[in-house]
Amino acid sequence: MMAQLTSSERQNIIAIGLAILIGGFTLAILGRNDILGIHALLFVAAGGLAIIVGARNLYKPEPSEDRSQSYYDDPSKVGIFLALIWGIFGMFIGDWIAWLMAFPDMTFSEGWSSFGRLRPSHTTGVIFGFGGNALIATSFHVVQRTSRARLPSQVLPWFVLWGYNLFCLLGVTGYFMGITQSREYAEPEWYADIWLVIVWVSYFGLYIWTLARRKEPHIYVSNWYYMAFILVVAVLHIVNNLAVPLSWGSAKSYSLFSGVQDAMTQWWYGHNAVAFFLTAGFLGMMYYYLPKRAQRPIYSYRMSIISFWGITFFYMWAGSHHLHYTALPHWVQNLGMSFSVMLLVPSWASAGNALMTLNGAWHRVRDDAVLRFMMVAAIFYGLSTFEGSFMAIRPVNSLSHYTDWTVGHVHSGALGWVAMIVFGSFYALVPWLWKRKSMYSARLIEVHFWLALAGTVVYVFALWNAGIIQGLMWRTYNDGGTLAYSFMESVDAMRPYYVARGIGGLLFLTGTILCLYNVWMTTRMATETDTESVDQSVATLQPAE
Amino acid sequence: MDFDHNTLVAFSKSYGLFYLMGMSVVVLLYAFWPNNRDRFDAAANSIIESEDKPCQ
Repeated sequence: MMAQLTSSERQNIIAIGLAILIGGFTLAILGRNDILGIHALLFVAAGGLAIIVGARNLYKPEPSEDRSQSYYDDPSKVGIFLALIWGIFGMFIGDWIAWLMAFPDMTFSEGWSSFGRLRPSHTTGVIFGFGGNALIATSFHVVQRTSRARLPSQVLPWFVLWGYNLFCLLGVTGYFMGITQSREYAEPEWYADIWLVIVWVSYFGLYIWTLARRKEPHIYVSNWYYMAFILVVAVLHIVNNLAVPLSWGSAKSYSLFSGVQDAMTQWWYGHNAVAFFLTAGFLGMMYYYLPKRAQRPIYSYRMSIISFWGITFFYMWAGSHHLHYTALPHWVQNLGMSFSVMLLVPSWASAGNALMTLNGAWHRVRDDAVLRFMMVAAIFYGLSTFEGSFMAIRPVNSLSHYTDWTVGHVHSGALGWVAMIVFGSFYALVPWLWKRKSMYSARLIEVHFWLALAGTVVYVFALWNAGIIQGLMWRTYNDGGTLAYSFMESVDAMRPYYVARGIGGLLFLTGTILCLYNVWMTTRMATETDTESVDQSVATLQPAE
Repeated sequence: MDFDHNTLVAFSKSYGLFYLMGMSVVVLLYAFWPNNRDRFDAAANSIIESEDKPCQ
C-alpha cells in the first residue's frame, strides 16, 4: 500500500497526521470537563496512526515503475473491504433491533444498548459505512476508467477514504456514549460535521481534478451521477447541520433552525439524502457496471441524460412529503406531493433503461448471478420509486405514515436496490481490480443471491402487512364513534410480522458475510497473469450485435 | 430588502414554474440535438472496451 508512494508523499501523510493530532488534542483539552474530551481522543488516535504509518515507511525504497502508465486502485481495494465490514456491522445491529421489536428483553440493561442508540448506529453503519465506502471505492474506479486518466494525487484519495471512515466511527461511537444532534441521518455532532466538510470538499476537489485531466472529450454519464452525489451531499450536509455549539468545549450544539423551518430543513436534507446519497451515486454505479458486465452499451444514452436532469431537479422539492398533515403550509405539502409523483418519470426511465440494456441477454442473466444482482436491483429500484411516489400522495400517506409500511419501503430501496447493485458491482469489480480470472466461488455468489433476494422479499412483505394492519387499526371506529383498538392492541398484532422481519434480515446479513468471505478468498487466489483472457472469456459469451 | 412571506410565495409559484419548463426544454434539446448523436453513441460504447492503462 505504501510502496506506491514517493517519500515526499509519505512526508505529507505525516504532516496531515500531525495536523489531525494537534487538532484532536486541542479539542480534547477544551472539552476536558465534557464527554467531548473523551471523544476527541479518536482524532488523536487517528492522527497518531497516520504519523506512525508514514514514519515507519519513510525510508523504504521509492516506487520504481512509471506510475503514469497505470491507474491507482489501492484506495478502491481498501474501500471495498471497509464497505463490507461496515455492512456486516450495520446489518448486525439492524437485525438485533429488529428482534428487539418482537422480544424487547433481548438487550443489555445498559444505556449504550438502548434502542435509541442502536438505531442510529444501524442507519449510520449501513447508509454511510456500507453505502458511502462502496460509493467512494467505485467512484475512484469509474472516474479513472471513463476519463482514461490516473487519480492526480496519491495522498488525497487516502485522506478522503480514511477521513470519511473516521467520520463514520465518530458518529457510531458517539451514539453509544449518548452524543447526538437528534437529526435523522445527521446525528453526529458539530465537530464531526466540520470534519466531514473538510473530507467531502477534498473528495469533490479530487473528482473535479481527475475529470479535468481526462483524455475523453465527453464525460460519461456515470460521472454526472457521482458528481451530483458529491456536490449535493455537501450542500445538504452544510445547511442541515448549521448549529451553534454550547461552547468550544462542549459536544452539545443547538440548531440554527426552530419549529416548522427546522422540520422542513431536516426533511429537505433527509429526503435528498435518499435522493443523492442512496440514488444518484448508485445510479452512477449502475450505468457503468451493468453495461460493462453485460458487454452491451446502455440501451439509451439520451434517456440516461434526461433522467439525470429529471432526478436532480425534481428530488430537490420532494422532501416536504414527509410532513403531510403537519404545521407546514398546505401549498408546500402539495409541492412535495406533486414533485414526488413527477419523480416517477425519471426514476422509471432509469430502471427501464437498465432492464432494456439486458433485453436480448436474458440467457446471461440466467447463468450469471452477478448480472442477476444488477437486474434485481433495477427491478427493486423501479418498485420502490413507484411505492415512494404513491406513498407521497397525501390521502395514501394518511394510512401509511407512522406505520411500518414506511420502514418496509425504505428497506425495499436499501436492500433491494442499493445493496443489490453494490453486491453486483463488487462481484464484477473485484476480479478486475485484483487481476484474478474470476471470483473465488461462483457457487457462493449464487447462494448469496438467493439469500439476499429471499431476505429482502420476506422483510418487505412482512412490513407491508404490518404497516397496513397498523394503519387500519388506528383508523377503525366502533359504533359508538370511538377508536375500536387501543394502541397496545396494534403493537401486539405486529408480533408475527416483526419475527418475520428479523428472519428476513438474518438471511440478508448471512449473504453479506458470505460476500466478504468470497471477496477475501478471491484476493488470496493466484494472480491471473494474462489479463486479456478474462476479457476474452467474457466477450465470447456474448454474440456480436 | 423587505420581502414578506406572500411576495416570496408568489415569486416561487410563478418563476419556479417557468424556470422548470425552460430547464426541461434545454435538457430535451441537448439530449435530442442531432449533432450530439455520435458523441453519445461513442460514450455509450467507450466503456465496453477494456482499458487497463491511461492512454498518455
